[in-house]
Amino acid sequence: MAPILTAKKVTKRFGGLVAVNAVDFEIPEKSIVSIIGPNGAGKTTFFNCITGFGKCDEGEILFEGTPIQRLRPDQISRLGISRTYQNIRLFAEMSALENILVGQHIFLNSSWISAVLGTPRVHQEEKRALTEAQRLLDFVDLKGNGDHLARNLPYGAQRRLEIARALATKPKLLLLDEPSAGMNPRETEDLTAFIRRLRDQLGITILLIEHHMRVVMGISENITVLDYGEKIAEGTPAQVQSNPRVIEAYLGRGAATEGMATAHERYTKKAG
Amino acid sequence: MKKENLLWNATKIGLLGGAIAIFICLVGMAEIFSKRDVVETVITLGQFVLLATSVVTGFTASRQAINLLGPNQPLSALTAGLIAGLFTGLVLTLFVVAGDKVNIRAVFLNASPTLYSLLTFGKGVSNSWVLAVGGAMSGLLGAGYLLLPELFRRTINRALLVTVFMALFSNLFRVVFINQGMEQIAKFIFGQTGLTMPGSLIFFFGVILISWFWNYRGRQIQSGVARLPKSGQLSLRAATIALIAIIALGLPQASGPFIAQVIVTVALFILMGLGLNITLGFAGLLDLGFVAFYAIGAYTVGLLTSYGIFGLQHVSFWVAVPIAVLVAMGAGFVLGLPVLGVRGDYLAIATLGFGEIVRLLAGSDFLAPYFGGPQGIIGIQKPCLGILGPFLKIDVPRVCNGIELGKPQDIYYVAVAAALLIAFVAWRLRESRLGRAWMAIREDEDVAEALGINLIQTKLLAYMLGAAFAGLGGAIFATLIGSIFATSMQLTVSLNVVSLIIVGGMGSIPGVIVGAIALIGLPELLREVSEFRYLLYGMALIIMMLAKPEGLWPSQATRRELHHVEVEADVKA
Repeated sequence: MAPILTAKKVTKRFGGLVAVNAVDFEIPEKSIVSIIGPNGAGKTTFFNCITGFGKCDEGEILFEGTPIQRLRPDQISRLGISRTYQNIRLFAEMSALENILVGQHIFLNSSWISAVLGTPRVHQEEKRALTEAQRLLDFVDLKGNGDHLARNLPYGAQRRLEIARALATKPKLLLLDEPSAGMNPRETEDLTAFIRRLRDQLGITILLIEHHMRVVMGISENITVLDYGEKIAEGTPAQVQSNPRVIEAYLGRGAATEGMATAHERYTKKAG
Repeated sequence: MKKENLLWNATKIGLLGGAIAIFICLVGMAEIFSKRDVVETVITLGQFVLLATSVVTGFTASRQAINLLGPNQPLSALTAGLIAGLFTGLVLTLFVVAGDKVNIRAVFLNASPTLYSLLTFGKGVSNSWVLAVGGAMSGLLGAGYLLLPELFRRTINRALLVTVFMALFSNLFRVVFINQGMEQIAKFIFGQTGLTMPGSLIFFFGVILISWFWNYRGRQIQSGVARLPKSGQLSLRAATIALIAIIALGLPQASGPFIAQVIVTVALFILMGLGLNITLGFAGLLDLGFVAFYAIGAYTVGLLTSYGIFGLQHVSFWVAVPIAVLVAMGAGFVLGLPVLGVRGDYLAIATLGFGEIVRLLAGSDFLAPYFGGPQGIIGIQKPCLGILGPFLKIDVPRVCNGIELGKPQDIYYVAVAAALLIAFVAWRLRESRLGRAWMAIREDEDVAEALGINLIQTKLLAYMLGAAFAGLGGAIFATLIGSIFATSMQLTVSLNVVSLIIVGGMGSIPGVIVGAIALIGLPELLREVSEFRYLLYGMALIIMMLAKPEGLWPSQATRRELHHVEVEADVKA
């Protein structure tokens, strides 16, 4: 399948620190791809480069053939890339419904004057936006929570609301930054199924950062491993798990072979 | 161990209260406030404030005692309150005795014989022990109040609040009642400087009675209203609105010209507050240079309508106002474009600079040939409902063939109409995609941008709308005063508007009205207070931030959420 996103030699420096170093990367359309790596490996920085949060210093990022590395975040979002955040960043003082409505901003185009005048077109537009927002709330199992302030929702609901808000921009590519952080096994399982549903039902390409190996190995078609800003491995879950450099990065040189082998065994058992 | 702690704590709080009381005396508040009475011939406002200090110390000390020992030791709590109050009183006694021996007037101007006689109720220094006893008693009062059940406390709070409020504004009500031909009632309840004894009793016990009644029957009434058919509820609401409208529109007519002037000022600040509420409350852009646009609006109207020498044109007010709004909006664009990239505190400083630059330029000799420099622009045409006669010559106003809106009471209606317009615009915008985008920017700029919101465009619009409404405020101000001087474009105008939004509740439209009445109206009406305006402002802001950070009348989202929490709690219980 053709890649929806291609990164070529992407480099990001913070002063003397090279956070992302000449990473090449491809995401095939309608696939689920993960980036893993130890803490501080540059995963989130790489996410930020893609979404325009921090411009990358060198290299090129193509989204459906368009170079995006010089665009502002709002322009990138309009092209069809949306994301969630490692530490949930909802609009805390706004209601759940309003959070999703903000996500629809780019599809609403009434001017401020027509909003003041309250023209019929504005009313229709708002009505449509509300229906859509309710539908999305429903989609992430938050029906009936629309009026609650985002900050008062339980943790898992906040995570789901953040995804719903990202979905409101109708992305072609969705970047999820540690979506299962802080979830219990049950919730994690639901999340995995949910992510699959996003891809299968909505045809959204998914890029994940995830520490939870069960999630990563369970749903990724392709995994990229970063360590100290460099790509050290790439391949299917099975390939990555048996890659000695990955094991070394995760567990240190000594414990390498044995540790990862048992981990592998566990996952294959689980799959079986 | 615990007992010792308790005594020491109470003493500490008492000493602190004493220090505050002395502070109140030395800044001159006690003396000036004593010109006003709460209850005529019984207690002056100054004495009331000092009394309140020791009551609060007693209250605080006994609350600490309860925290320390638990709620089952009312006697200790009372003792703590008594001791704290006693020490507050003792400090004041010492102050009086010492003040009698040592003259500190060279340093503290307000430590005058009047102050001492005021503190001793005119009985002389030898009787100053009364203060200590009084302090102890009021401390006990504070402690006793704390021990009362919640319901009683709330009722007493309300009754006191209403009585003091009525006392402070008794001369306002007196004038209104006398103007309406109800002289007998007015003189029975309201005195010259405060409430009369019967008046205060009427209010105090009246509120208690109403509270008590509401407590027993309130739920029935509420559910009765809720059971009404939809049309009934609507007409009830319409009646409420009509009542408020009648009071709001009739008050300046019923009261004298002085109060009318105050009400116009309040209306102007409400109008500007609504404007800044879009910039600050909705989009979270802290703009401390609001006065710049106010000045631009005022000067535009001045230059376009003045029949003095600086008038460039002599158009009617109604033509000048839209132009002034557009010019202010344009200025918002020009000034906003370079600085809206910066965030938070930096934006505040940059806009602060703009405000000062505009004021200095307007008053400068350099631009004096155009803006009149320190002399300002005079002879601004009053608004005219009708046809204006032709412009004849300099210094002669155009004749209004119709109704001229010359008096402050008349301009008030212009200001109210403008405020309603802005409130409507603000309300519609808040419910639109733009309002949501602004709030999103206020909450988290980066995330908002990642969701496709163009930050510069969106912020600029908020800034320009705020500027436009400031310009409208300035335009009305210019025609109200009839002349403009650069000295009226002080930084304090910006600060007033910002504070009233904070006190009222950020992002809340009714909050702006409440904030403007509290921060602009009250100090204007209470001339005694105006001397300590900024002291009280500071106190009000600190207290607000500590006790009620969401403001006096928070926006709907917060309210709705609080309601939800209550409902959930009910369900659990």
